[in-house]
Amino acid sequence: MRLLATRRHGHVRFEEVHQIAMLERPLESSGELVYEAPDHLEERTLAPRVETLVLDHGVLTARRGSRTTTLPLREYPQVAPFVESIRATLAGDRAALERLFRVRFTGDLAHWTLRLTPADSTLARAVKDIRIEGAREAIRTVEIRQNDGDRSVLTIGPEIPP
Amino acid sequence: MRRTAGAATLIWVLLVLVGVVVVARATYVADLSAFLPRTPSPQQRLLIEQLREGPAAHLMIVALQGADARTRARASTQLARLLASDPAFVAVNNGDAARLARDREFLFRHRYLLSADVTRQRFTAEGLRAAISDSLDRLASPEGLLVKPLFARDPTGELLGIIDSLGPGQAPHTTEGVWSSPDGTRALLLVQTRAAGSDTDAQQAACEAIRRAFAAVVAALPEGQDGAVRLLMSGPPVFAVAARAIIKSEVVRLSSLSAALIVVLLLAVYRSLPALLLTLVPVASGALAGVACVAAGFGAVHGITLGFGITLIGEAVDYSIYLFIQAAADFRHLVWPTIRLGVLTSVCGFAALLPSAFPGLAQLGLYSIAGLIAAALVTRFVLPAWRQRVHSIRDLTAAGAAVARVLERAASARAVLVLVPVLAATALYAHRGALWSRELASLNPVSLADQALDERLRAEAGAPEVRYLAIASGPDREAALAAAQALSERLAALVESGVIGGFESPARFLPPLATQSARRDALPAAPELRARLTTALSGLPVRAAVFAPFIDDVEAARQAPPLTPADLAGTSLGAALDALLVKGSGGWSALLPVSATSGDLSSAAIAQLRAAVAADPAAHAAVLDLKGEADRLYSGYLSAALRLALAGFAAIVLLLVIALRSLSRMLRVVLPLALSVLAVVGLLAAAGRPLTILHVVGLLLIVAVGSNYALFFDRTRAQPHAGSVPRTLASLLVANLATVVAFGVLAVSRVAVLADLGSTVAPGALLALLFSAMLAGSALRPGAARG
Repeated sequence: MRLLATRRHGHVRFEEVHQIAMLERPLESSGELVYEAPDHLEERTLAPRVETLVLDHGVLTARRGSRTTTLPLREYPQVAPFVESIRATLAGDRAALERLFRVRFTGDLAHWTLRLTPADSTLARAVKDIRIEGAREAIRTVEIRQNDGDRSVLTIGPEIPP
Repeated sequence: MRRTAGAATLIWVLLVLVGVVVVARATYVADLSAFLPRTPSPQQRLLIEQLREGPAAHLMIVALQGADARTRARASTQLARLLASDPAFVAVNNGDAARLARDREFLFRHRYLLSADVTRQRFTAEGLRAAISDSLDRLASPEGLLVKPLFARDPTGELLGIIDSLGPGQAPHTTEGVWSSPDGTRALLLVQTRAAGSDTDAQQAACEAIRRAFAAVVAALPEGQDGAVRLLMSGPPVFAVAARAIIKSEVVRLSSLSAALIVVLLLAVYRSLPALLLTLVPVASGALAGVACVAAGFGAVHGITLGFGITLIGEAVDYSIYLFIQAAADFRHLVWPTIRLGVLTSVCGFAALLPSAFPGLAQLGLYSIAGLIAAALVTRFVLPAWRQRVHSIRDLTAAGAAVARVLERAASARAVLVLVPVLAATALYAHRGALWSRELASLNPVSLADQALDERLRAEAGAPEVRYLAIASGPDREAALAAAQALSERLAALVESGVIGGFESPARFLPPLATQSARRDALPAAPELRARLTTALSGLPVRAAVFAPFIDDVEAARQAPPLTPADLAGTSLGAALDALLVKGSGGWSALLPVSATSGDLSSAAIAQLRAAVAADPAAHAAVLDLKGEADRLYSGYLSAALRLALAGFAAIVLLLVIALRSLSRMLRVVLPLALSVLAVVGLLAAAGRPLTILHVVGLLLIVAVGSNYALFFDRTRAQPHAGSVPRTLASLLVANLATVVAFGVLAVSRVAVLADLGSTVAPGALLALLFSAMLAGSALRPGAARG
């Protein structure tokens, strides 16, 4: 955790796959993730369609085309785990993680796994658990499993040089 | 002589009886109307309507603090439940999930009538494909959790579109399931009263209902926690009630204090109870005459006028002091003419206030004129007959001689007075940037601490003070809504181009019927929709069968009756509709509060806003800048007060020239008064007190009141061998002390306007006496006394 917290800035590629029962096939997307310690996280989806999600000081802003949606996380607590799990892990913010989840750490520094289970009953209704795998100060994958069987896997690729 | 005195007494008794009847039947008000113009311009009329009846005038912020978060949340929930069942309140919101769910449920059920996105284009195959693709993107984002349960019924995302259009969430933080301050130490509730802001009695009842409900909630809390929770209330209704209470209590407190101090002063001087009682007769008669005249002339007497009127005690008492202290034989021929001229100069000063658009000042003018004339006449015609029965007044000749010696020593240093204009000019120059207070808030009787609390609670509750309102009106509700809808479209363009940050509109949650039916007509029939959906979904990862609930909902919306205000009942949108769509005297008005992107609107943005609102002259729309208009109102009062004060000063000068028949005598009377005015202005500036309208009025009163002292010195100089100089001086000193006491008591008032007036006139009157004596020259010499 402390190792993660030393990281101030990150700019990486990602790929994400969502498996949703209602849909005939998984939704796939890819783009770039930008992180500025401690509470600015940006997910720029480039394919299949351009979309930007910005988490800044607890407010999630989504831009699609000309439309902007703003979600203050405190008003939508059920959305929080989806973004807070990544942000707090990146920030090495153990306290924030433990506010939302029960945290279990396994493995060693070279290959570790964090398993997060929602601490709060309202969160637990939607999210079953979150598995974050990484090596040293880098996160490799984030897998979110929902109670209805839907799940998403975010795979983090190589660092994009500035 | 005896007969005239008898007749005068009889007339006086009759007039007192008339006065008592008028005063007993008069109406007394203590609301903000004392500060609102008597003959408003159209913009001012809008402002006044907003201040009295506008949405802000109904809104109270209630905060619970102390104990722990769980206890506060519990108290908040129970308080909300109690208040919601009280008809005095239109809406009570503490942010509980149930209310949020009710609002969402309403928006969801009526989404096809409420969403501005519902057009024919959106329900074509291409439109559906674009909207559903957007929803799929959302499904694959953190918002997916919100979208997924609704996806089958609302694949075009109308609900999220409506929520977006209702504005970014400004809702307060939530702690333990209810609204709280950001730091979580206070639970917050927003309460909307049914009564208008101008109905202070009803607002007081509402405040009391909240306190009672709170007491009941606290009593029901478990042992040990009941004492720890405290109630805070703020907002215009609370302020209206507090202002009235504070004015009432201040008038009672200050007039008793003032009367008590003057009684003590006079007892110490006279050492005679009958003389004291007789001295109070003109004062009481004057106060009675003043209130009666204001009641007859204005219809209602403002509490603040009675507050101002305390000063009359200090002034009217002077006349009988002159009568009792100066030699009896001199009264009619020497003292009375001087008093008469003094009354006339004071009347000139107060008469200048009569044309003021600020009702509080106009009433003060009339009250003082009537009061002073009555007091002087009673002193002249009623009191002398009784004076003979008072034998034991102390002879103040010795004391007067001592005063004369002190004043003479001061007079030898009169060259120092040259410094007064120099120092005053320096102070004024040093503070030239912040000399005037230009905000209506400077008249606010509510304490600064309460205003600061209001600001803090507003910020915490996300209920910022509304500054700009676009107002669309029409002869009936439907017309006002249609005008609001048309206006919304023009304002939306301004939001789009970043000129304004956003706006609210009642047409968003109750669209006009024409808009509702246009939206309904845009919805295709079920078979048609099914066919278009199949086309739209080709290539998308979702089957049409998923959307059966969507087709059912659209079909239901096609059959549903239009939305009416009754459908909004019980939601916070219903409360918002009550606030934003109001029935006025001449029809209905829809209010569209406009917010800036950040901070305040720039002047360019305001110009664009005004242009957009005025673009359609048929729409009957206007922009109201609440704070700007209020401040303009105040600076109007201020410049009018300045003009009136100058006119009053000019009238006094003219009167003196006519009465004294000498330019140089007039100058000798006016010079010390002008110096005291300068000295007081300089002191106020040096103390860093921005000058308000009441300071200006106070300066005029320094001249009007101070002229009495200057005139006595003028008389002693003009007729050096008439009357006793020491006794005259003694009477002037006592009269001056009485005046300074009365105004000085005002100066310690918690009501800003009273304090401003008192803190100007009290030192001014003292200086007027001192400067007059210093400049009186030979008139002071005891040698000039006859004994």
